[in-house]
Amino acid sequence: MEVLFHNVRELVERAENENKLISEIMIEQEMLMSERSREEIIAQMENNLKVMEEALEKGLKGVKSVTGLTGGDAVLMQNYIQSGKGLSGDILLDAVSKAVATNEVNAAMGTICATPTAGSAGVVPGTLFAVKNKLNPTKEQMVRYLFTSGAFGFVVANNASISGAAGGCQAEVGSAAAMAAAAIVEMAGGTPAQSSHAFAISLKNMLGLVCDPVAGLVEVPCVKRNAMGAANAMGAANAMVAADMALAGITSRIPTDEVIGAMYRIGQTMPTALKETAQGGLAATPTGKALQAKIFGGAVLERG
Amino acid sequence: MKYTSVFDIIGPVMIGPSSSHTAGAARIGRVARDLFGRLPKWAKIHLYGSFAETYKGHGTDVAIIGGLLDYETYDERIKTAFQDAKNAGLEFEFIPETDHTEHPNTARIVIGDDETEMSIVGISIGGGTIEITELNGFPLRLSGGMPAILVVHNDRAGCIANVAKCLAEYDINIGHMEVSRKERGNMALMVIEIDQNIDQSIMEEIELLPNITKVTRIKK
Repeated sequence: MEVLFHNVRELVERAENENKLISEIMIEQEMLMSERSREEIIAQMENNLKVMEEALEKGLKGVKSVTGLTGGDAVLMQNYIQSGKGLSGDILLDAVSKAVATNEVNAAMGTICATPTAGSAGVVPGTLFAVKNKLNPTKEQMVRYLFTSGAFGFVVANNASISGAAGGCQAEVGSAAAMAAAAIVEMAGGTPAQSSHAFAISLKNMLGLVCDPVAGLVEVPCVKRNAMGAANAMGAANAMVAADMALAGITSRIPTDEVIGAMYRIGQTMPTALKETAQGGLAATPTGKALQAKIFGGAVLERG
Repeated sequence: MKYTSVFDIIGPVMIGPSSSHTAGAARIGRVARDLFGRLPKWAKIHLYGSFAETYKGHGTDVAIIGGLLDYETYDERIKTAFQDAKNAGLEFEFIPETDHTEHPNTARIVIGDDETEMSIVGISIGGGTIEITELNGFPLRLSGGMPAILVVHNDRAGCIANVAKCLAEYDINIGHMEVSRKERGNMALMVIEIDQNIDQSIMEEIELLPNITKVTRIKK
């Protein structure tokens, strides 16, 4: 099977040598590997974009998860933006609220598009639909945003991991934020190399992030990490700032592929308690344990 | 390469909350259903690692049952899979295990009915992508992302050539192939990933070849 790129270096070199966008290289590779037509591939991605938009709109109207642990924060954030009191900039807060909206729908067992996973599904669409208001992209450019995100995620998935259980939250929200950063750069007219730097700058600042869901649910802290600093939210913020840094001409001193390698090794050496087992971190706090007891009656029992 | 498509990364479209624990679990269940060929009457599902620790919160249990009911990752009926299974006459049991496994998200699904039973081990490697690592005690590596046929046969010379010849006659290209056996001269398993879905009639023809015991398939 012919592969056009195995790592970010090859991806950027190919894009620059052939004077193409990174999204274009991803589309070409998908055509080669799946032996499907460009039209089919674009149509599938357009459908994913539609699913993302619908999920986000549903979340912005307000949802509640089955456990009641999460839901409604996206609405609070939108109201706050409307009040005009936001300190960190409306596009950033819009991205935060839209990322939260998506993850709230996910926690409520609604339909979402995993990017790259369900727990981290808010960052890529959240940033996309927020920067949309600034950059006024065409539908084609919005679809390309997803292919560019996918190209970087593809390298991470094959060379490191996108699983919280295998690599901690750095592999999920960390990857998502970095993918979004790279895609923002392309949409804003940056070069493939700038996309790569944005990716590296973003991921470097997510290294070491643990996966510690309370009661094992993809709710706390996953959803609120959308809105606060630790993960998804910083994911959104981090992605946009990293994109701005790269567009300003700032480069990553550590090559992107080495950052991905570092993320992989950190994931391997991270204790199991901090990799989606609900045994460490926030899940092991008194309140985390109390919430688990409240939801599952103190013990995880079989059903059936 | 573990991941071959951009839609492994931007996708799948799925019911929340976890791509590994919900979508991946549904896919493992659905591959089991596919290989079994029909709705089983009972299922014993052993969960390991993070699957065992967090399956209730992630809906891993409803997702696997949904998969056994042939639901896709985006099928909203996953939410009511337990009730649907009861209505369809499928009895099931979940058994969280403490044994260490190579991958943190591992499930062993044992299913059966009055005629036969089958055991399959699947791992969910992230983003909803899965691999099947064992079938009835045979080690194998199957993504479920490509159509495939699985041929149980006696470990005899010529068996593999006969199957390959039959596929060639119908112009079916083999993308990847693996053969494994538990011991020499005994029962063996061919796993053949092919480029297109295969007709029932071709499977029946393969089943009639000498030393072939059983042929099953995974559709895409």
